[in-house]
Amino acid sequence: MNTAANPWLSHTAVIEEIRPEIESVATLILRLEDSNLAGSYRFSPGQFNMLYVPGCGEVAISMSGPATDNGHRITHTIRTVGRVTQAIEQLGVGEMIGVRGPMGTPWPIESLHDRDVVLVSGGLGMAPLRPVIYALMEEPKRFGRRTLLYGARSPDLILYADEIDSWRESGIDVHITVDRATDDWHGHVGTVHLLIDRLASIDPSRTAMFACGPEIMMHFSAKSGLARGLARESIWLSMERNMQCAFGMCGHCQWGSHFVCRTGPVLRYDTAEPFLTVRDL
Amino acid sequence: MTKRKPKVAVVKFASCDGCQLTLLDAEDELLLLAESLHIAHFAEASSRLEPGPYDVTLVEGSITTHEDRERLLRLRGESRYLVTIGACATAGGVQALRNFADHDDFLRAVYAHPEYIHSLATSTPIADHVKVDFELRGCPIDKHQLIEVILSLIAGHRPRTSSECVCQPCKRRGTVCVVVAQGKACLGPVTQAGCGSICPAYDRGCYGCFGPSRDPNVRAWSDGILDGKSDPGHLANLLSNFNVAAPAFAQESQRLWQITGRIPEQLPGKVTDGR
Amino acid sequence: MADDTEKLWWIDREGLQKLIDYLAKQGHDIVGPRIDQGAIVYDSIRRVDELPRGWTDDSQPGVYRLQPRSDQEHFGFNVGPHSWKKYLFPPLTEVMRSRRTSDGWTMQAPDVESPRYAFLGVRACELAAIAVQDQVFVNGQTQDPLYQLRRSQLFIIAVNCTQAAATCFCTSMGTGPECEKGFDLALTEIENGFLLAIGSEAGRKAADAIPKRIALSDESQSGQQRRHRAREQITRKLDTDGIRDRLLARLDHPHWDDVASRCLSCANCTLVCPTCFCHSVDEVHHLTDDEIVRNRRWDSCFNVDFSHVAGGSVRDTTRARYRQWLTHKLATWIDQFGTSGCVGCGRCIAWCPVGIDLTQEVATLCGGNAP
Repeated sequence: MNTAANPWLSHTAVIEEIRPEIESVATLILRLEDSNLAGSYRFSPGQFNMLYVPGCGEVAISMSGPATDNGHRITHTIRTVGRVTQAIEQLGVGEMIGVRGPMGTPWPIESLHDRDVVLVSGGLGMAPLRPVIYALMEEPKRFGRRTLLYGARSPDLILYADEIDSWRESGIDVHITVDRATDDWHGHVGTVHLLIDRLASIDPSRTAMFACGPEIMMHFSAKSGLARGLARESIWLSMERNMQCAFGMCGHCQWGSHFVCRTGPVLRYDTAEPFLTVRDL
Repeated sequence: MTKRKPKVAVVKFASCDGCQLTLLDAEDELLLLAESLHIAHFAEASSRLEPGPYDVTLVEGSITTHEDRERLLRLRGESRYLVTIGACATAGGVQALRNFADHDDFLRAVYAHPEYIHSLATSTPIADHVKVDFELRGCPIDKHQLIEVILSLIAGHRPRTSSECVCQPCKRRGTVCVVVAQGKACLGPVTQAGCGSICPAYDRGCYGCFGPSRDPNVRAWSDGILDGKSDPGHLANLLSNFNVAAPAFAQESQRLWQITGRIPEQLPGKVTDGR
Repeated sequence: MADDTEKLWWIDREGLQKLIDYLAKQGHDIVGPRIDQGAIVYDSIRRVDELPRGWTDDSQPGVYRLQPRSDQEHFGFNVGPHSWKKYLFPPLTEVMRSRRTSDGWTMQAPDVESPRYAFLGVRACELAAIAVQDQVFVNGQTQDPLYQLRRSQLFIIAVNCTQAAATCFCTSMGTGPECEKGFDLALTEIENGFLLAIGSEAGRKAADAIPKRIALSDESQSGQQRRHRAREQITRKLDTDGIRDRLLARLDHPHWDDVASRCLSCANCTLVCPTCFCHSVDEVHHLTDDEIVRNRRWDSCFNVDFSHVAGGSVRDTTRARYRQWLTHKLATWIDQFGTSGCVGCGRCIAWCPVGIDLTQEVATLCGGNAP
């Protein structure tokens, strides 16, 4: 008999709450069934869990709730796009799901004390950054200027729209842009990296940027960051690849020198840049 | 989740019934399956035939007559999920050899009174006529794949079958490659898996009954095998089988027939001679 | 112990049989080379006369043939279609099982149990391959329980190559042909029997249990000459000097399209490769939907679905997939695991159905300046 923990073992969790967000996106609150496990479960912003629907499979989903939560309350914001997320969409409150995690690298929040922080998110890329926002709100004095630049396809697809006022109230400078404006939209129109170009003043020596969203959006955001004088070592991205084992063994998420599940998903730009420009890598 | 038993129909068009038999052969599983679904229409198994609509319709066979096409269009309207089963339904079957020859020649050769036969000049897959929700390959289909698909649909999950080629299960079961070790022509590298890679395990090349794998490089396959001095006509024969009309196989077999100097119109006669 | 490990012993055919018997008595399942399906494969062995005595293998790009030898040697061949990974990292394994209950599911990992394997006839390149897979499965942050168990119980009898195949290039990869480390015992076949070297405490115990004598100097010399012969016979080369940077500078080289026109993307190279570790997990309904098994199976970066994400496959062309395989194996593997992923065994060359030869592709890609 071998006593080593089996890294493939999923743990049962009960769906406590389902909150519809924007179109085909919902936030699920899960509770690990084993209360010991639930009590000891901790994650850092940017990490993800493998969510499992028996008979269908697993999918990697980032945590979107505060990192102060434990396994009695694990928050995931999920867009229905593939087989497994379709199966999750069909589940109701009280039903069960499997959870393996937390997995992957976190946003390096600890290294940002006294620095200015620019968060750049596109579409559902808001979800993995929301735990960062909560951390910035929790201890405002530990950071310098805090800015969120957020791009959505249209005003009705702005995620967590009902929370944004509270983010602003806590002192975060929030700028939102949409690809397609509606008649009642008075904000920015255009892609989110343009907001980086327009930011009034940046002190590049003390600014760090976290970008999360479609690959092309992160690519352009990093370029804009560099153009404003940020160092490559001050920019982080969150990559998406096919993740199956989530511990760097199955090979699915290989991307250049990375296993995106293990050395990522959060990668410092200088380690991602050589591969970001190569097509079909 | 409300647990109403899904209503299932099994229907055939131009085919040999072998795929339906696969379902009947799944004896143990069928008993358990019968608890979770209602088989409403399955002429091969029971003469009690209930009308639609159906939750899941399994369709065997290809479209070879005008009447069949009409019947298929009605059936699609009555079916929530339509799943094609087998090479006939997914690629036109071996009867699609006619697509590359003169249909009237066939009729005159086979029937004493061809004037009574009103079949179409081509045998075509179901997906050429209606939307297909999922397709199961094979001649015949694989029982395990069929059961996985049915169970997935019952559970409300979109089914998934692997798109890998025959070589991969072949290697996993430890079979020594018959191309490399014996110089045999084998369609494994360009054929979709799902059969369990049976043929090479019994010392013969794959004959492609599951049809082309995803995005297969059939030209490079025949170039590579021909380099081993196989006869182009033999390779063309291999491709002109149950999935003769699958585009990736058809394109390469036509090219190979041209290399042999036998024009495609002569194909049916030559194939018969060769067997 | 120290003395013993430096000594070279001599055993005969009977001695080898005694060694197999001893290991079997210790509870090991002995696996080694045997002839099956027109090739030398790895399978259970209990008697010396089950070895491919008097046979050799001829490996060329895309072609492998068994051929009779003019002598009666037991290990007069190189490597075939199988590799030892099929025992340490089996092609199909259950990793988890869920059972439906009245209020949901219970989820359990299977008990990890395994035969205690003894490998007979592990070549130098294969010792290197096992070390490479150790990096993947046990030496990282996460351990694979089955691999770990099998590896920890493993007894390895290495065999030095005394000849080389046309597909061999271990000398380029620095992995052979001599077995230098990573074994319990190592054999070199000579005219009148086998030279035996001891590589571990377990190996010394096994050697103690069988009849042997100190090798005579002309026997040792014969062994040396034979190992030297293997090295001399290797003509295939792969230039590894700065290979990581050279390949990564050529990710957009037009030659990838040329390989893609010949490549079947059939994954044979990855499945015969002794270091390729990629796998997937399938959901399997156990008769009803009340019990679901998750099975891990060998997968390959040559499959279109392998890199599937919500937006589609990242690598949906053969060009992208071949490039991924080659550059991972020879370049980014070094970043991830500190060694090359290639051990120079040549299996990917011999067992490619259309004979694509990575040493030639690398030479073409890296010849001249980066585009």
